[in-house]
Amino acid sequence: MALLEVNGLTIYFHTRNGLVKAVDDVSFAVDAGETLAIVGESGSGKSVTCYSLLDLLPKPPAVIEAGTALFDGEDLLTCHPARMREIRGSDIAVIFQDPMTSLNPFISIGEQLIEPLIYHQNKTQRKDRKTARKMAIDLLDEVGIINPEARFDCYPHEFSGGMRQRVMIAMALINQPRLLICDEPTTALDVTIQAQILELIKKLQKTRDVAVIFISHDLGVVAGIADKVMVMCDGTVREAGDTAQIFYHSENDYTKKLLAAIPEGAKVQPNRAEKHKPLVEVSHLKTYFSDSSKASDGKQFIKAVDDVSLNIQRGEILGLVGESGSGKSTLGRSILQLAPTTSGTVIFDGTVLGDLSPKQLVPWRRRMQMIFQDPYASLNPRMTVYETLSEPLLYHGLANSNTIDQQVRQLMDDVGLAHSQMRKYPHEFSGGQRQRIAIGRAIATRPELIIADEPVSALDVTIQAQILDLILALVERHNLTMLFISHDLSVVRYISDRVMVMNKGVIVESAETETLWANPQQEYTRQLLKAIPLADPKQERMRIGNI
Amino acid sequence: MVADNLQQQEECGTSLWQDAWVKLSKNYLALFGLGILCLLTVVSLLTPWIAPYGYEEQNLLLGATGPSLDHWLGTDIFGRDMLTRIMYGGRVSLTVGFIATAVALLIGVLWGAIAGFVGGRTDAVMMRIVDIMYALPFMIFIVLLMVVFGRNILLLFLAIGAVEWLTMARIVRSQVMALRKQEFVEAAHSLGLSEWTIIRRHIIPNTLGPVIVYTTLTIPSVMLLEAFLSFLGLGIQPPQSSWGLLINYGVETMEEYPWLLIFPGIALSLTLFALNFLGDGLRDALDPRTAKD
Repeated sequence: MALLEVNGLTIYFHTRNGLVKAVDDVSFAVDAGETLAIVGESGSGKSVTCYSLLDLLPKPPAVIEAGTALFDGEDLLTCHPARMREIRGSDIAVIFQDPMTSLNPFISIGEQLIEPLIYHQNKTQRKDRKTARKMAIDLLDEVGIINPEARFDCYPHEFSGGMRQRVMIAMALINQPRLLICDEPTTALDVTIQAQILELIKKLQKTRDVAVIFISHDLGVVAGIADKVMVMCDGTVREAGDTAQIFYHSENDYTKKLLAAIPEGAKVQPNRAEKHKPLVEVSHLKTYFSDSSKASDGKQFIKAVDDVSLNIQRGEILGLVGESGSGKSTLGRSILQLAPTTSGTVIFDGTVLGDLSPKQLVPWRRRMQMIFQDPYASLNPRMTVYETLSEPLLYHGLANSNTIDQQVRQLMDDVGLAHSQMRKYPHEFSGGQRQRIAIGRAIATRPELIIADEPVSALDVTIQAQILDLILALVERHNLTMLFISHDLSVVRYISDRVMVMNKGVIVESAETETLWANPQQEYTRQLLKAIPLADPKQERMRIGNI
Repeated sequence: MVADNLQQQEECGTSLWQDAWVKLSKNYLALFGLGILCLLTVVSLLTPWIAPYGYEEQNLLLGATGPSLDHWLGTDIFGRDMLTRIMYGGRVSLTVGFIATAVALLIGVLWGAIAGFVGGRTDAVMMRIVDIMYALPFMIFIVLLMVVFGRNILLLFLAIGAVEWLTMARIVRSQVMALRKQEFVEAAHSLGLSEWTIIRRHIIPNTLGPVIVYTTLTIPSVMLLEAFLSFLGLGIQPPQSSWGLLINYGVETMEEYPWLLIFPGIALSLTLFALNFLGDGLRDALDPRTAKD
C-alpha cells in the first residue's frame, strides 16, 4: 500500500460569485522514497489539493465535498483537529514558495527551528533545549548552511534567499517527516540557486527515504526531479503517469500544449538590427544608491550599475540577463531617466538625455517606453482600459476628441483585446490580458525604444508564450527597438538578437545570442547556462549529473 | 443612428466618477443617507421662513414644558420653542460641519499628497510643520486667532478646519508613500506625465477610500468641537443656537427636562448615521473592485 492514497478528492469554493470547483475528483498515490510532481498553471488546483491534506484551507469558503486521503491507512480529511496538528508537526511537512514570508522576521532561525522539538504535541517526544539545539545544528549542517553553530542565532534577514530556503527545508525536516510537500520551492529563487536547492531536496530524499509531492509550474524542474507526474488544469487531472511517459508519449492535448509552450531554442525571426546605427548609446553609466544601513558618514554606496557602456542598434532586440540584484532593472530605469544616474551619459538618437530638464525630456519620453513585470501593479486600479490607453495619446497630443475612440480601438486590436472590454477595470482581467493592456499603453505613443523589464515572469507558461509572440509581432509591425530584461535565459534566447549578461552591476559578457549559447567566454555565463533546467527528463538528468 | 451612438457610449465607457454614481444609485442605504442629508440641508436653508417661532422668542411664563401641540418638541427653560431652536441650530451646525471639513479636506489631502509624493527634504519639513501644529495647544491657537481677528463665524470655520486637517494629511501621506512606489505610477512617469497630473490622476483617486471614511468621521467631530468652543464663549453666542450648544445645555438639565437633550441629540445622531451610510456607499462606489451590480 502506498504511503499516501488520495481518492476522488473534490473541493468546492462557495464564493459570493458562485460555486468554484477548485478540485474535482482527483486521485493519486505516493510511495515512500518517491517523488510525485503536480504540474499546472495558476488556478489549476494543485496547491489547493495539497493544502487540503493538511487542513490548511480556509473553510469557508472551501468545502471538501467528497473523497478520502489515506495516509498510512488514516484518513486525513476526517481526522480530529488535534490529531491533524500532530501529523502536521511530525509526519507531513511543507516547504513554501517564498522563504522570506514563511519565516518570522523577529525570531532567530535557530529558535524557530527548535520550536517544534521543544513544544512537540507528543509530550514523550519533547526534547530539552540542549539536545534540540544540537539536533538543529546538525540539520543546518546537513542542508548546507556553512558554519551552522554561528548562524544558529542569526535572523532571517541576515540570510540570502537561497540560504533562507535551506533553513526552511531544515525546518520541514526537523521532526523527520515521512511526506514532504514542496509548493514551488524554487520559483522565487535565481536559477543557479534553484539548481542547488533541487539537488539538496533530491539528496535528502535519498538519504531519508521520504515521499515528496512537488508542486511546480516549471516543466524543466519537474523533468529532473520527478518519478511520476500529474498534470492538472481547472481542478481536474488531465494526465498522470511516469515522468518519461508524460514527457515523451503524452496523449493529452493540454499536456502537449504545456510542453509546446516552453520557450525553446533560438530566435526564429530574422535579426532586424541596422548595423552601426545605434538608437541608444550608453557610456560609463553609474547608478549608485547610498546605503544608509551600512554607512555612518553616508559615503557607502550600493553600486547598482557600475560603469556600464552599451549600444542598442535600431531594430534590435537586446536581451539583458542577470540574477536578482544584478542591477539589470536599475540599468533599464537609468536609461529611461527614471532612476537618478550618478555619472555617465545616455545618448538617445543623438541627444544626451541627462542634460535635459524634466520638462524638456517630455517629447523624448514619448519615444521611449517601458513594460513592467507585474501586470497587477503596473495598471492604475481605478482607471478603465479606455482611460489607461487614451491617457498617453491625449497627453502627448497624438489624438483629439474626435479620433481618440478610433485610436484606442486600434490599440486594442494591436494587442489582441476585444472592444467590448474597453470600459472594464484592470481587476476584471487575467494576468495575461493585463499585460496586454500594459503593452498597449507602452506602444500607444508610437515609441522607438521599449524597455521590457521581465514582462513575462509573472505569467503562466502558455500565457507567456502568447505574450512573447505578441511582443515579437509588435516589434516587427511597429519597427521597435527593444531592451528585453529577464532572469529567464530560455525566454531571452527565444526573443533576443544579442544578449548581455550582467552580474553585480557590471556587464560580464555580450555577444550574439547563439554565439553566446554555443561558446560562452566567461565562467559566470557558463554557470548560468549550465543551471537552466531542460524540459526533457533524459537531457535534464544528464545535465544534473554533469554539475 | 441613435442606437449607434448609444452603443458607442456603452463601449467607450465612463470614468470612475460616472461608474461610482451608477453604483451609488443602486445602494439604497447610501441613497437613504444622502436623502436625509439633503432634507436637513433644505430645512436649514428654509428655516427663517418655515420655523414656527422666532429663535429668540421667549415665553418666560411658559418655562420648560414637554412636547405639546403648540410646541411639538417642547420648550426650554426660557419658554423658547425647541423645534425652532433645533432648526436654527442645524443651520449653524451643518455649515460648520461641512465648511470646516471641506477646509480640512482640501488642505489635508493636498498637503499629504505633496509631502508623500515629493518625499525627501520637502516631506520632512512639511511633516515637521504638521507635528508642530499637533503639539500646539489647540485652545491657545484658537483664542489667539479670536483675539487677533475678532470673533466671527467665518473665522470659526477656518480655525476648526486648520486643526482638523492634520490627521487627514498624515493619512493621505502614508497612502501616497505606498502608492508612489507602485509600478503604475512609474509607468505614468515614463509616459512623461507631469508630477501634478500624476498626483491628480493616479495618486489621489487611489487614496479616496480612507479619505472618505475619515471625512464622515470628521464632520460630527467638528460639530461637537464647535459646541465646545461655543460653550467656552468662543463660538456661537446665545440666543443663537447650534446642536452642540443645545446638547450641552440639555446635559445640564437632563434629569428635569430630558427632551432638551433628547431632541438635539436625535438631530445630531441622524446626521451622523446618514453620513456614515453615505460614506460607506461612496467608498464602495469609488472602488472598482467591488461588484458593479
